[in-house]
Amino acid sequence: MLTIDALTHSYPGGHTAVDDLSLAVEAGELVTVVGPSGCGKSTLLRCIAGLQRPTGGRVLLNGDEIRDVPDSLAMVFQSYGRSLLPWLSVRDNVALVLRHRYGSRRERRAAALEALAEVGLADAAAKHPGQLSGGMQQRVAIARALAYGPKLLLMDEPFGSVDAQTREDLEDLLLALRARTPVTVVLVTHDIDESVYLGDRVVVLTGAPGRVLAELPVGLPADRDQIKTRQDPEFVRLRAEVGRLVREK
Amino acid sequence: MKALHPNALRLPLHLAARLWLALLLIGLWELTADAGPGSYFPPPSVIVRALHRVWFSGPASDFFLTEQARSDFPVSFGHLLSGWVLAAAAGIALGLLLGRSERAHDYLQPLLQLCRSVPPPALIPFFVVVFQLDTSMYVVTIAFGAVWPVLLNTLAGVRAVDPVKLDTARVYGMGRTAQLLRIVLPGAAPQIAAGLRIALGFGLILMVLSELVGTTSGIGARLVNAQRTFDIPSMWAGIALLGLTGWLLNAAFLLVENRLLRWHREN
Repeated sequence: MLTIDALTHSYPGGHTAVDDLSLAVEAGELVTVVGPSGCGKSTLLRCIAGLQRPTGGRVLLNGDEIRDVPDSLAMVFQSYGRSLLPWLSVRDNVALVLRHRYGSRRERRAAALEALAEVGLADAAAKHPGQLSGGMQQRVAIARALAYGPKLLLMDEPFGSVDAQTREDLEDLLLALRARTPVTVVLVTHDIDESVYLGDRVVVLTGAPGRVLAELPVGLPADRDQIKTRQDPEFVRLRAEVGRLVREK
Repeated sequence: MKALHPNALRLPLHLAARLWLALLLIGLWELTADAGPGSYFPPPSVIVRALHRVWFSGPASDFFLTEQARSDFPVSFGHLLSGWVLAAAAGIALGLLLGRSERAHDYLQPLLQLCRSVPPPALIPFFVVVFQLDTSMYVVTIAFGAVWPVLLNTLAGVRAVDPVKLDTARVYGMGRTAQLLRIVLPGAAPQIAAGLRIALGFGLILMVLSELVGTTSGIGARLVNAQRTFDIPSMWAGIALLGLTGWLLNAAFLLVENRLLRWHREN
């Protein structure tokens, strides 16, 4: 579904963030991308999203080269506080992105409420983002992304700014939502445990400039559990393996 | 007898704590001022009486406005409002353009800095020549002075809009117009509002200044007229009226701003 072909991106000034990176993602897959900080993970996502034109290589979505932001793509940013609009209610934050999907405001709002209910925030619809906790705000951002009905969902360290307990809740929320909707996910994280816990496949990048160091299929059952999965020998083996690779220079 | 709720005293006490010095000074002024005719500093009571006599002693059916008030207020405030609205429209439009387009910014910035450096009152003689004493002279004078705080604040607000919000908008398929209306404009709204409020003050100053020049109607003209006829209490009444107007406009604007931008205060 998504093919990244020899992607290279250098910023003006000479810093090369991503160098000759190739990767293929199948439809319905959840691929986690992990690597040392500064390895160009965000640049990679921005190039996939069409927010940034790479200086070299191509990104293909269903065979078409991405030149602008594709219609069937949604993204969840790390800084939910900066991505949500503080002047709109939570419901209207979600409804705003549905303008192309539904004709009337009533339909948009109904769809927004439905999406908020999916992430357990039906009661908070009338509140403004500033009145919610960080974890709840990120739930809103996830509801917004899913309501948009994307084929491909990009997540840039989505759970990096919340506390550990909230993080686990959000991880399980993502897995539950994904089981219900056929969506392909590329999730960037710097957390090794998270990359294994969430992924069908873990892609490890090298340090800057980023390129693919290893791709590890995750041989864990689809139904994952914060306690049991983390004790599974396969999980323990994989996280040690990924940890070793990330530290490798 | 029912006990007074403890909160019932809070507001009067709060007001008293804030106002006592002002009241004391006005009281001192009242006691020490020369109330005789021809005094340059008549006591506040004389000024208030003049304020009442000149502007607010009309019939109840006209909201107590005197004939003079009914002829001068619409002229002066009409100029102020038109000039301010013109300044707001031009300032916001230009601020959006310069804030969003690097090229427009590079081309226009030096020119605008030059224009901004000219003290607006210095242009009144020029505007009088161009527009004579037509309404447009007053409106343009006010707008020229009031446009700068709107423009500069809009520009700063637009440039400070979070790039993550713009990325979000692009990811969710918003075009440039939608981004402008739904992200940039509301995002910059707090700064734009601050600029509009400052512009209101500038507008009032220029309203008076422009009316000091060769006209016979408007509050500023009355002020000069009172001064020329040595009607010092009426002159002071005009000054007090303008002070009150400035204060009321600012308070009214703050009220609307707080209501519309409540989200901003809560963040």
